[in-house]
Amino acid sequence: MTSIILRRLATSVLILLAVSVLVFVATLLLPGDPAQAILGQQATPERLAALREQMNLNDPAWQRYLSWLGGLLTGDFGVSAASGGPVADLLGERIAASLVLLTAASIISIPAGLLVGTYSALRHGHTGDHVVTGTSLVLAALPEFVIGIALVTLFSTTVFPILPSVTMAPPGEAVWNYPLQLVLPVMTLVLMVTPYIARMMRATMLEVLDSGYVEMARLKGVPERQVILRHALPHALSPVAQVVAIQLAWMAGGVVVVEFLFRYPGIGQALVDAVANRDVQVVQALSILVAAVYIVVNLLADAVGILTNPKLRTGGAR
Amino acid sequence: MSSPVREDTMTTTPVLSVEGLKVATASGEEILHGVSFELRPGKILALVGESGSGKTTAGLACLGHFRQGLVHTAGSVQLAGAGQAGNLLDLPESQRRKLRGGAISYVPQDPALSLNPAMRIGDQILEVLQIQGYGSSDADRRARTAEVLAEVGLKNDPAYQRRYPHQLSGGQQQRVGIAMAFACRPAVMVLDEPTTGLDVTTQALVLQTIAQLADRHRVAGLYITHDLAVVAKVADDVAVMLSGEVVEQGPTDQVLYRPQHDYTRKLLAAVPDLAGRRQIGRVTAITGAQAVVPDPAGRPSPEVPEGREGRNLLEVADLQLAYGSNQVLAGISFSLRQGESMMLLGESGSGKTTLSRCIAGLNDDYSGRVCLDSEELAAGTRARTTEQRRRVQYVFQSPFSSLNPRRTICESVEVPLLMTGRMGRKERRRRVREALDQVRLGESYLDRRPRDLSGGERQRAAIARALVNAPSLLVCDEVTSALDVSVQASIIDLLRSLQHESGMSMLFVTHNIALARHISQRMAVLQSGRIVELGSTDEVLDNARHSYTRELLANVPAL
Repeated sequence: MTSIILRRLATSVLILLAVSVLVFVATLLLPGDPAQAILGQQATPERLAALREQMNLNDPAWQRYLSWLGGLLTGDFGVSAASGGPVADLLGERIAASLVLLTAASIISIPAGLLVGTYSALRHGHTGDHVVTGTSLVLAALPEFVIGIALVTLFSTTVFPILPSVTMAPPGEAVWNYPLQLVLPVMTLVLMVTPYIARMMRATMLEVLDSGYVEMARLKGVPERQVILRHALPHALSPVAQVVAIQLAWMAGGVVVVEFLFRYPGIGQALVDAVANRDVQVVQALSILVAAVYIVVNLLADAVGILTNPKLRTGGAR
Repeated sequence: MSSPVREDTMTTTPVLSVEGLKVATASGEEILHGVSFELRPGKILALVGESGSGKTTAGLACLGHFRQGLVHTAGSVQLAGAGQAGNLLDLPESQRRKLRGGAISYVPQDPALSLNPAMRIGDQILEVLQIQGYGSSDADRRARTAEVLAEVGLKNDPAYQRRYPHQLSGGQQQRVGIAMAFACRPAVMVLDEPTTGLDVTTQALVLQTIAQLADRHRVAGLYITHDLAVVAKVADDVAVMLSGEVVEQGPTDQVLYRPQHDYTRKLLAAVPDLAGRRQIGRVTAITGAQAVVPDPAGRPSPEVPEGREGRNLLEVADLQLAYGSNQVLAGISFSLRQGESMMLLGESGSGKTTLSRCIAGLNDDYSGRVCLDSEELAAGTRARTTEQRRRVQYVFQSPFSSLNPRRTICESVEVPLLMTGRMGRKERRRRVREALDQVRLGESYLDRRPRDLSGGERQRAAIARALVNAPSLLVCDEVTSALDVSVQASIIDLLRSLQHESGMSMLFVTHNIALARHISQRMAVLQSGRIVELGSTDEVLDNARHSYTRELLANVPAL
């Protein structure tokens, strides 16, 4: 088992390296000159040249890549071109804010998806099942900003004016001190992700419920609750874990739109601002961060797959 | 059909009696049309029938369980001696559930699918005991788990109990299934084809275990099967089912040796026997005396046949294959003459499928030589020439998974033609029609899909796919083991006449030694990757030299 996980880890590191190259090349291709962006249109050529020198913009690309990569490995994300401060300081708060959002959304959507999917499978062919599959299909088809806007219309304008539509924490104060402001962004993310998890859970659960060992458990006299929890659920989880991983990774990227919509001070906002300001260091750091989240959650999903399958855990010796 | 009842069955009262049981699908189509039978303590009733006859439905109804889409419409299941008498089917689900695993238990057909792959076997047995509240403490139940494992002839040390199902062999898995069913000392056990898919030695062991349990502990057994030879060995009484009805019922001796109903006679006629006396299918049994078919006219042979022996079509020399430390094939050498049929006999894990896959080029990890017409074949189909691939064709075990469900029969059968030649659509279709004709499937099958075909018809289509290119060597890998006996008989019949007509050689891989005299002129017995016995079928069956062959022969159930 450890060898499988070690191999996955090694692949993950290689993928991250490849991503770092891609991110670096992509930011090179961004139009505009960072020095020009910082100093503005009125800058003298001397000052531009001096700033370029200071930012090592005159070095060959591979040298800049290597020094950037070295910085990443030692935790130095560089200096923000826009604010002049270290990127790490600038992003620390934003990352924490986004993590709050993502964690809250996953804590709600994963169990909800599993429960709804299982319920739907158990009620296969009945009204409950039809309602779940219909609703989840509609939700899955809607883009996140449509859901967000619909929620804003519903809860913070004329219908039920009970929740704030934008985040307005004063700068320097943590977002979680204003829980009401978190409700709508979290709800949007949950509504985006849950349908996929529920649909996948329903599909694998139906397959498992049809299997020989579930029928055998029933014929053994095992109470229905225990049949579901002990004999069916563990086998349905591993394929669902893959979907959950993809959804979590998607959230890390999709959070950009949601944060923009609710003016939430997280990494999404930071990324949008950084692209607008040509703040290359911040764009690079955030892209790598999102890629790392993708890789880590997929690694976790593989681990769940291995843990729920004794064949992978123990080898097939007879 | 009623029949005289033996005296001893008169004296004991039935522990379970099924009366006038009717089951229908949700859409109203009746599956069981009033089935009745009785089970008595210490006796085993065999419920015999082919797939689709409703025998499993009847067996599950004894536990008050109906598969999804089936509804009980009439009749009763009376279970006595379990503390209360009355119609099991009238009880609410929660009370029926309490009886399952306790008073009445079930042994499934395929233990590989029916044991929870993520639970240790000890825990799976313990679970039944906990649910039924066996004994007074967990220690009691653990002791019973160990005891019951010993009762079915398995090891019972804690390390063994901590194994997962995939760490056991098929026979061991099935005995775990029986241990699970027997753990709470039930009054009735329903056994649903528990030995289908096991090799003869393991089957003999499992049958012995069942008979002992029934005898020693006065358990009543319902043994569902399609294998009449097994019935003869294990059952006291037999009920024969045909499309949802019991057509003949009575003591085993009477039903098997003096059958009254036509259907029973037909079933009996399809059972292959070791002696080859019976004729299965239309063509009489092949024996060693039958002449090897000469080269058919019209196909030029590259060499002049040598002497009376005929030339060797296939030669395998020192074939070896190992996965890690597991030596699957340990130096296999044999040859197959033109037009000869050879049986490759072996139990599961003997390497017989690996060997046939190496010959067909589906496995390229081997070392050693495989020669066709004295010309060495490369390892793996990709490295072989089109002509070499054309000449060796393979038929797989399960026709349910070897035909692409999304393709029509014509599309599946023409694949080899697409691979080897550049012929037009019409020409391909004509060849496919000819091949289907050879396997006795009419033109109407061309555009049907596998799901519209029965198991036997699917296997015929799979054989047509192998024949469409007129191969020199046909490798048949357990082609009848997924099929009913009567269908098996017709497939054997077909293969035999095809081989006779076309003069191709055939390697018939199987675990069923009873087929030997019906299909092969020579046979090789494989044990742990070695050929332990090789000779003409008669020689091997009559004068087995190796102890392993003798053991196999001793374990073959016979009528």
